Amino acid sequence: MLNSRTKLIQLTVTLTACAFLLVPMILSVMAGVTANYFQGISSGLTLKWVFRVWELYADSIFLSLWLAIACLISTLIIGLPAAYGLARHPGWLSRILEEFISLPLAVPGLALALALLQLYGSMKGFRISWTFILVGHVLYTLPFMVRSILAVLASMDLKTLEEGAASLGASPWQRFRDIVVPNAMPGILAGSLTVVTLSIGEFNLTWMLHTPYLKTLPVGLADSYASMRLEVASAYTLVFFVLIVPLLMAMQWASARAQRIAQ
Amino acid sequence: MTNRTFVLACLTPLLVFSVAFLALPLVRLFLVSGESEAGWAIYLDILRKPRYLNTLILTVLVSLATTVAALAVSTTAGMFLSRNRFKGRGILLSIMTLPLAFPGVVIGFLIILLGGRQGLINQITPGHVVFAYSVIGLFLGYLYFSIPRVLLTVMAAAEKLDPTLEEAARTLGASPFRVVVDVILPGLMPSLIAAGAIAFATAMGAFGTAFTLATDIDVIPMVIYTEFTLSANIAIAAALSIVLGVVTWALLLLARSLSGTTVSAGG
Amino acid sequence: MTLRLTNIAKTFPDGTRALLPTELTVKTGEIVSLLGPSGCGKTTLLRIIAGLETPDFGSTIWFDNDDVTSLSVERRKVGMVFQSYALFPNMSVRANIGYGLKMQKLSKSEINARVTEVLEMCQLDEFSKRGVDALSGGQRQRVALARAIAPRPRLLLLDEPLSALDASMREALRDELAVLLRKFQITAIFVTHDQDEAMAIADRVAVMSNGRVVQSGTPEELYRNPNSSFVAGFVGNAMHLEGKSAGKLLTLEGGTQHLLSEGSGQNVYVRAEDVRIDEAGSLCGEVETVTFMGTHYRVGIKGIMPNVLTSIFSGQSAPNVGGKVRVSIKPQALMLLPEGEAQA
Repeated sequence: MLNSRTKLIQLTVTLTACAFLLVPMILSVMAGVTANYFQGISSGLTLKWVFRVWELYADSIFLSLWLAIACLISTLIIGLPAAYGLARHPGWLSRILEEFISLPLAVPGLALALALLQLYGSMKGFRISWTFILVGHVLYTLPFMVRSILAVLASMDLKTLEEGAASLGASPWQRFRDIVVPNAMPGILAGSLTVVTLSIGEFNLTWMLHTPYLKTLPVGLADSYASMRLEVASAYTLVFFVLIVPLLMAMQWASARAQRIAQ
Repeated sequence: MTNRTFVLACLTPLLVFSVAFLALPLVRLFLVSGESEAGWAIYLDILRKPRYLNTLILTVLVSLATTVAALAVSTTAGMFLSRNRFKGRGILLSIMTLPLAFPGVVIGFLIILLGGRQGLINQITPGHVVFAYSVIGLFLGYLYFSIPRVLLTVMAAAEKLDPTLEEAARTLGASPFRVVVDVILPGLMPSLIAAGAIAFATAMGAFGTAFTLATDIDVIPMVIYTEFTLSANIAIAAALSIVLGVVTWALLLLARSLSGTTVSAGG
Repeated sequence: MTLRLTNIAKTFPDGTRALLPTELTVKTGEIVSLLGPSGCGKTTLLRIIAGLETPDFGSTIWFDNDDVTSLSVERRKVGMVFQSYALFPNMSVRANIGYGLKMQKLSKSEINARVTEVLEMCQLDEFSKRGVDALSGGQRQRVALARAIAPRPRLLLLDEPLSALDASMREALRDELAVLLRKFQITAIFVTHDQDEAMAIADRVAVMSNGRVVQSGTPEELYRNPNSSFVAGFVGNAMHLEGKSAGKLLTLEGGTQHLLSEGSGQNVYVRAEDVRIDEAGSLCGEVETVTFMGTHYRVGIKGIMPNVLTSIFSGQSAPNVGGKVRVSIKPQALMLLPEGEAQA
């Protein structure tokens, strides 16, 4: 359609953008496995920085994984029935509720964290417990779970399917268990992967909510960027990439699948 | 249990959670913003005091620059990737969407690797070129953050464009340039506005990137952070948070009403 | 099981009266069709019988001697075939059919035996392991029917069971459905807007209009003795002969027509098959359209009354468009119905 000169410009822009995004990632990976980054690759490749990261930050990594799982369970418990409720009760009230719980997508995490701190900061037991961070993570990831499931539920004739089950003798709970949940599975899967990916990478809320004894992976990253030598910081970033990139790809695959089904 | 009770019971956990951890904290935040000596005039102070006003202006300028650059780069790349099938396209697409999962701090670090004292640019150029901790570094960080998000929005819209419209324009004698101006851009416009709003809102509220790079630059998220932690000036931090939250929320509402996408601001 | 509805009415929250107080009795083993145009309240009535819709206060639904009015749908033991079939996409054909039995907490072996029996009855054995997405429209319809019938419901309800099918399949499946329903020996009510469907399947047809049952009877009774111009028009497409009647004579634009009885105050209706093209006929008009239908022609004639009068012509060569024809109608074929009824 367009002539070759235009295409060439487009290609150049695309490749430049890719380079801009990719080169720092490569630099980071390289720095993480180079013996001395300042001397360059000639100083030799090593895994010692990765081991050093493990010694220093294993706790943070495990805390993040634990938080991600707890966050997933919480968002499933709250989000799955809620998505069903919203799908069965479409109306202005549901619209407002959906809009309201989506606020954390738009309002910066910093503001939400401040709000949580103002209200609950004085409840010491809660403030210093890991559940305080969990609340932040659930707040931030819940809209993704709800919307992901809602999109799939909204695409099928849920009301008639349920009426069909009811006419065969199924109670509301049996209908939820036998019809709603199995058919919402693609949305649940996509939502779950999104929640885990986002929870592991969450920084803005977590930075404000964490305590010195409870550092998540990204908090540890910020810590290492500020206080560790470049190689350690890079090795830690490398660990993060290894964790997050497969999750991101799985999430994109699952979301694309759920979207296809929802259409 | 009747059907109606069951459905309402399903919504109860969500209601309880969002009232306890979203509605009440936000109300509290708003009340706190008026508790200083300045009272509710604190919102006027943001516009009157040079420190806050300059911060506001700088944040808006950097965010605008990010928006324009991200739109230009991502629209070009997005149209190219959605209209051409070639070897390596999938890889390019993966590279351009990978940063979706990176928190702002990591992106800040990546910019340091590019433009910091030990950064690539400083090593390969003869002079002393360090830009990571300047406004340019911040701009590049925001751009890094925004490119994937805008790209996905543009590509989703490009896939939905009806190719027969372009063919129709061509049968009517339109040149390739006219097709772009008369058919493609108008078709993409709602998504471009939406993507722009997302990029702008994201940049306005980005904390992680600023936290790593903008130790010496006053952008709103950093000012909120320092007022809160260092100066313990909670009212102004709360007021700035409210203003920032309202602005980003309004922008994303506009974005969603135009395109129906749900891309998170985050960062 | 005998179904008895007394004083059934439905007013929607916005004030729309979907159903005016209605009485209906369906005898054991009887297959009744609720026939009417869209919006006449037939689906609402069916959904009230199923328990999917709550009727207004004062309505009562009797299953034999049980008052089931306040019983929820899942306890009412009705089988229902939905317009869209509502097959569960997450289950195989077998699991769909067995679902109602599972809800009755029957043992695995009992469920298996009954499902196999129903699969055979509906000729679905070879599809039992398939997902419902891998079925044709006709197969889905049979699965929906099998699923509804498997738990041995007291009453089978079908909501436009054939409307989701292609026109070409509809006729074949219509006859098949009629055979299956009789094989099940079950009291059944089905809703349709298609008079052919109603007549082919039902023992008795209840014609509905504007929220009430206007006439109920065997297909033959409705066809031959409609009690209102609505039924005459809706069942068998009777045409209104618009003219002036005086005594036993009806004066039309194209001539006069004898009536068997006093015609004043009555509307006169005739069906196309009773309109004969006949050189000795008393009415005269001009041929406007001729449509070849295979076994016969449909001839549209203008000039006899304000609207076009249609005649079924079964001769070998049809009259020419634009030509003059004479038409005769036997007086005993005319239906005289009271004026003042709203036309459908």
